[in-house]
Amino acid sequence: MTDQLQQLINGLALGSIYALIALGYTMVYGVLRFINFAHGDVFMLGAFAGYFLAEPVAKVIPPQSYLGGIVVLMLAMLICALLGVVIEFLAYRPLRKRPKLTVLITAIGVSLFIEYTCQHKKVFGASPRVFPELIPNTTWELGGLVIGSAQVIVLVTTILLMIALTFIVQRTKIGTAMRAVAFNPQAAALMGVNVNHVISFTFGLGSALAAAAGILFAMNYASIDPLMGVQTGLKAFVAAVLGGIGNLPGAALGGLLLGVVETFAGGMKGISNYRDAIAFGILILILMFRPSGLLGKQQTEKV
Amino acid sequence: MKLARLIYANSLFCLLAALLVGCGQGTGGGSGAGGGTGSSSSGSNSGGEIKVGEFASLTGKEATFGISSHEGTLLAVEEINAAGGILGKQVKLITEDTQSKPGESATVVNKLIARDSVIAVLGEVASSRSMEAAPICQKNKIPMISPSSTNPKVTESGDYVFRVCFIDPFQGTVMANFATSTLKAKKVAIFTDAKSDYSKGLAKFFKEKYLANGGTISSELDYNGGDKDFKAQLTTIRGGSPDAVFVPGYYTDVALICIQAKQLGLNVPLLGGDGWESEKLTEIGKDSVEGHYFSTHYHPEVGTEISKKFLENYKKRFNGKIPDALAANGYDSMLMLADGIKRAGGTDSAKLRDALAATKDLTLVTGVITINQQRDADKSAVILQIKNGGYKFLESIKP
Repeated sequence: MTDQLQQLINGLALGSIYALIALGYTMVYGVLRFINFAHGDVFMLGAFAGYFLAEPVAKVIPPQSYLGGIVVLMLAMLICALLGVVIEFLAYRPLRKRPKLTVLITAIGVSLFIEYTCQHKKVFGASPRVFPELIPNTTWELGGLVIGSAQVIVLVTTILLMIALTFIVQRTKIGTAMRAVAFNPQAAALMGVNVNHVISFTFGLGSALAAAAGILFAMNYASIDPLMGVQTGLKAFVAAVLGGIGNLPGAALGGLLLGVVETFAGGMKGISNYRDAIAFGILILILMFRPSGLLGKQQTEKV
Repeated sequence: MKLARLIYANSLFCLLAALLVGCGQGTGGGSGAGGGTGSSSSGSNSGGEIKVGEFASLTGKEATFGISSHEGTLLAVEEINAAGGILGKQVKLITEDTQSKPGESATVVNKLIARDSVIAVLGEVASSRSMEAAPICQKNKIPMISPSSTNPKVTESGDYVFRVCFIDPFQGTVMANFATSTLKAKKVAIFTDAKSDYSKGLAKFFKEKYLANGGTISSELDYNGGDKDFKAQLTTIRGGSPDAVFVPGYYTDVALICIQAKQLGLNVPLLGGDGWESEKLTEIGKDSVEGHYFSTHYHPEVGTEISKKFLENYKKRFNGKIPDALAANGYDSMLMLADGIKRAGGTDSAKLRDALAATKDLTLVTGVITINQQRDADKSAVILQIKNGGYKFLESIKP
């Protein structure tokens, strides 16, 4: 029983990271109707931004303090938001009027470009690095259940960021514009919405969330490398599809669900090394039986 | 129309280029780090040098293995050349990087053989990658010596493939006996990297011996090398309350496993093999790896004459760095090759192969080796414990 509860905790901690990344996938899809496959790499860049920021920040604010951690997180989110805007501007904007497939292939190209550039000796190098301890690392034990401070922070930060995101999308002017562009870009443009600004903002916001996820992931798992975004990014993509791509609560639900399922599979004797296969199996099943995802609405494409 | 013309022009250009260059370049791929790679496609070893190829993981997730091994090999080459070379010829080491990636070994070894016409190949540390290269060396009849690949299957590829290290059945047995007699562990869990032949082999031999010793296995779980999250499996392992856990993996994963095991309150000794030995293990794992045990090939405290000299020269050459087992094995692989060439009286591949197969009582840094029927080296293992961020020598075990 204790073990099952422990697995639930492990699964929720892993799932909330998937959820954060899935939010970025789903937001870009919601507005632009295309999958930004470079999103997982922005997640990696976020972790590296945190790695390089930790030292200069530690000079100003004493290391391993919550304030320092928050400052590093915020700065990394800002850097990645800018990167997201730049990626969109350079790689996707020129292709805005082209078929969706062109943009999708470009996204895969951007992803490979980032991964292999970062693996170069003069950039990050391919060897894993040790992520510094941003916050005091403590563990609490409750009758055999172990919860680490990093796990709690991951869960809390994810919830906070999700609330903030929902607020932005539902209650602010730019959020309304985002929903308008998602609904019908031409009509939104006619109503005076600057579509380019809205799209840039969407990319920036999604990338900032990916950066946060990257740092939370690195805090939890200590080592980072330039290819860390590949597998995690794909899992988050599965989570987004599972919850219903384009749907914000869906992405969060999908992420948590996937994390929990994967963790329980990983803990079972005999199938523990099939946890990735199970995650991608879920993707196939969802696409077969409920292509719009758990929370997605069935839509008919207008031709 | 335009396109057709373009394709035509392109293929014509390629044909011309191929004629000019001589078609010999083949395989492509990124050029390796390390040693100079001047590519003279003609003439093999007619000049005053012996070309030896080396492939190692100089970058990627097992980079410290490749770098250590390469430094050991390089030191041996430099010492041999300073002492006048082999049979009066200088040794030229051509190094290629496998980036710790599957598939890459085949590419670079083909390149070494076809483009650089090396007379022998040294490498790799990881068994999976040695097993990729071995059939290629066998097909081309180029002797290959693996410094540190311990999976038995490596030398099964053919009679041109050798190694200077012991094999997993021996290493697995040593750790199983250690768990039974020294740790007095009644129940152990086994946690295997399902992606790695090395890990699976070691787990199998450990299990066989440990069961024969009268122990029980509390649980057996798998992970995929490169995973970051091991908490799912470790929680189940914790549920079986073992006295020790055998984790025959590589250092990057092992460090994360140690950290997460400690976080989950799984406070039992973890045991492993030579795949643990890297400064990255303690760098990433910090105090989580303290007190755990692993078996390996060499420790600087094993004070034979040749190993003392090696320790001294290695420190001098690489800014005071203490050599690890992989550096010692890399060094030994070159010494064994040099000894073979001397006894063969040249670099003719069939003669060199026979000479290597006949290696007997050769004194190397990691011990005195004899190449057996399976072309593996018979020699002893050491068991180390991680203490204060370093390795403490516990015992040396003969086969």
